[in-house]
Amino acid sequence: MDLAKIRNFSIIAHIDHGKSTLADRVLELTKTVSGREMRAQVLDTMELERERGITIKAQAVRVTWKGHELNLIDTPGHVDFTYEVSRSLQACEGAVLVVDAAQGVEAQTVANAYLAIENDLEIVPVVNKIDLPQADPNEAAKEIAELVGGEPDDVLHISAKTGEGVAAVLDAIVERIPAPTGDPAAPARALVFDSSYDQYRGVVAFVRVVDGSFAAREPVRAMAQGTRFEAEEVGFFAPTMRAAETLGAGEVGYVITGLKDVSRLRVGDTLTSERRPASEPLPGYKDVKPMVFSGLFPTDSDDYPALRDALERLKLNDAALFYEPETSQALGFGFRCGFLGLLHMEIVRERLEREFDLDLLVTAPNVAYRVLERSADWVEVHNPAEMPRELDAVEEPYVRASIIVPKEYVGPVMELNNDRRGRFDHMEYLSPERVLLAYELPLAEIVLDYYDQLKSRTRGYASFDYDVAGFRPGDLVRVDVLIADEPVDALSMIVHRDAAYPRGRALVERLRAEIPRQYFDVAVQAAIGSRVIARETVKAKRKDVLAKCYGGDITRKRKLLEKQKAGKRRMKQVGAVEVPQEAFLAVLNLDDGSRR
Amino acid sequence: MTGPGSVRHLYVHLPFCASRCGYCDFVTVVGRGGQHAAYVRALLAELELERQTLAPELETVFLGGGTPTFTEAGQLERLLAALPPAVEVTVEANPETVTPGLAALLRRNGVDRVSLGAQTFRPELLRVLDRVAGPDDVRLAFYHLRDAGFDNISLDLIYGIPGQEPADLDADMKEALALRPEHLSCYELEAKAGTRFAHAHGDELRRQAEAMESYFERVVETLVGAGYRWYETANFARMDAGDRDLRSRHNLAYWRGRDYLGLGVGAVSTVDGRRWRTTPRLALYLAALGAGRRPPRELELLPEAVRRAERVMLGLRLDEPLPLAGFAGEVDAAALGRLERLGLARTVPLADRDAGRRAAALALTRKGRLLGDAVTADLLA
Repeated sequence: MDLAKIRNFSIIAHIDHGKSTLADRVLELTKTVSGREMRAQVLDTMELERERGITIKAQAVRVTWKGHELNLIDTPGHVDFTYEVSRSLQACEGAVLVVDAAQGVEAQTVANAYLAIENDLEIVPVVNKIDLPQADPNEAAKEIAELVGGEPDDVLHISAKTGEGVAAVLDAIVERIPAPTGDPAAPARALVFDSSYDQYRGVVAFVRVVDGSFAAREPVRAMAQGTRFEAEEVGFFAPTMRAAETLGAGEVGYVITGLKDVSRLRVGDTLTSERRPASEPLPGYKDVKPMVFSGLFPTDSDDYPALRDALERLKLNDAALFYEPETSQALGFGFRCGFLGLLHMEIVRERLEREFDLDLLVTAPNVAYRVLERSADWVEVHNPAEMPRELDAVEEPYVRASIIVPKEYVGPVMELNNDRRGRFDHMEYLSPERVLLAYELPLAEIVLDYYDQLKSRTRGYASFDYDVAGFRPGDLVRVDVLIADEPVDALSMIVHRDAAYPRGRALVERLRAEIPRQYFDVAVQAAIGSRVIARETVKAKRKDVLAKCYGGDITRKRKLLEKQKAGKRRMKQVGAVEVPQEAFLAVLNLDDGSRR
Repeated sequence: MTGPGSVRHLYVHLPFCASRCGYCDFVTVVGRGGQHAAYVRALLAELELERQTLAPELETVFLGGGTPTFTEAGQLERLLAALPPAVEVTVEANPETVTPGLAALLRRNGVDRVSLGAQTFRPELLRVLDRVAGPDDVRLAFYHLRDAGFDNISLDLIYGIPGQEPADLDADMKEALALRPEHLSCYELEAKAGTRFAHAHGDELRRQAEAMESYFERVVETLVGAGYRWYETANFARMDAGDRDLRSRHNLAYWRGRDYLGLGVGAVSTVDGRRWRTTPRLALYLAALGAGRRPPRELELLPEAVRRAERVMLGLRLDEPLPLAGFAGEVDAAALGRLERLGLARTVPLADRDAGRRAAALALTRKGRLLGDAVTADLLA
């Protein structure tokens, strides 16, 4: 294919602004799928994505329009997958930026637009949903022009739902987005911008060929990881898999690798031909590291093997998912899992519960910490219980957060961010009504309930996005919880020194209410090192006996006793104290909004 | 081991009451005056059907209710006269039903023990319990019984009544002790789910639960201080009666795991590893026995292990040490060790009957008995 006839583009948008609907309309208009085959939102394949309105795995679809080959590269819609998004964008020369005519620019729009600009993409701005009665396309167009630079007049007005204006978008893609550059004669290089795992064919790599070409049955090497394989097949999606002789420079398609493990082929890596290898990989590869960690425990300990199998299977298709066995004295056997961010965590958890029918206890998430130990080495800590008590310095991850709110909510948002140790960066008026607030926030402050708080303080009007900015020193302390002087590993937490007292107090109060009374007084304490910062007492019970027990009562009494015994068997032993699993659940469970 | 023809304890249920008390969850029948005769006839028919179960000589007979003494006098007398004699014959009575005539009727029909449902002496608390009798009725009933020659009277008291202050409880015990009853049963009010009472007072009871936790201790302390033996969790017997053992022989039979036969609606029997409960429905009961058939029953089989567990559960309610021999599989030795260290249980040596074999018995300390249910749940392996 002549490079000049190829256009590679993405559609970027805030959630629900109509990205998938526009993609569907493009497939229809280019006759890639017939109307009869048309299933709403063809590109989103997984049930879960469909329900949440998000796309987890990028795919690329080839369509033809007026003699041009257009490759639509679908990008994940959420910030947890920023790196994947940026790789997808790197595979393109342009992006269609979609903004809802009624909603205007949102935080994700901003984040994605900046990513596109960073990747030197030509942006085709589009205002969607002009058919809605409450649409204000001109206002939205002004906001977009403000955001990406350019004139409001250049912004296309469309309705992806009715199809109005979609042909003009395709024309603009051909006219405005540059053709790919690359050297068809040079040694082959292709960017892996996504991958997926197929039970029968192994890892399928989604690639953008930059130089040279790839053909089936050729030996291939992933340059960063050094993984070698033979390309079993190359081809493209239209919208289903179609094998091709070759994938040439500028083209987008797939390579079936036969690899059995997605972690052997990472997004961002460069494929080259073993026969005539390139000397330099494409720039930008980075090893993505999980930032948010949480313990996953089966509520029924018999489900542990099932949980392990399920994680193994998810990991096949999700190289970013990290897990390792964790044993908690309070919760038994489980896994400490690492995620790219909160959404990633939610998705994994929902898939485990829905697709694998597991009943899980998910502990409150924490972030990764970098700790300078007395031995003078920096180590990364993923679990508060593993935080050394003796240390010289701790660093925690920070994020750059963009929050867009109507101007009347600027005050409440600033207040929230101050409470959460945020550092104000700057503020922009996107329009006379809407304000973008840029902050740096510790990731630890947003993993718990930041988003809920933000929504409630802005009556749901705030939109929020973030990306990780790196590690910064923090005045952090490890707070341990002791029940009758025994530390409870699962309840240790790492908090900012200023928050240690209120958080410790809230936790021990909660535990006091949840721990059943024992034969003796039980002290529940929160402590930093050996210093107790909060203490409550579960008073000893003085009476536990049913008064009446005659001939007619014996069976009932025996059954009550059996129930009492069964209850005791479910208790976890912390030293001499029996604590029901429910007590830990009450303090740990992610679902519980009253934690703060 | 008991077998057919060896049961020595008989319970007879008389369900009729003048009115139903809100906290009660026994099988009771209100306002069926016309059915007393038919019911007694049915009881006697049932007795005939089960007679082969009973030993030739009974140790105890217990008439419970309902309000046995609310049964029409003629019918009550016919029943008492027809029941087999026993060493101890107890009848439960509500104070307002005890007249000199009734006391004499009981006396001449072989009853030698009366359990009088006093519950409380505070008028306002009696109203909370829906009791018909006032405090004076209790005292009057007691004296009528004494006058008729009863020298073994038990009083029932209830504590933990909504609104009951510690001073009310002290006053109740003082009033009760002033009568010098041979025996006292003291129950904590239990708002059983589904009763009218639980519905009306459940929230209040939960609110005052912690404050009332000390009431049990207070009862034990006061009654033991007054010379009563705390021989079972909720039962106290006077100790100053010389050779007379004033504990309830009938109830001791339950706590010692003996077999017993129960007659009447809703009555429970345990005989030879089988426990059954007769239908609680009066019409079904009358119809079956009217036709010469056994009334419908709910049967429960008691495997040996269950019976042993019940023996431990019931035995630990008593102040007599429970011999451990035979319960090795039931009692968790590690738990026993923990409870001993906590001062809740202790093992006591038994007189060595077989040389070379260590015999021990298990007893709960006073603190352990207050926590009896939890301790028992710990002990049972």
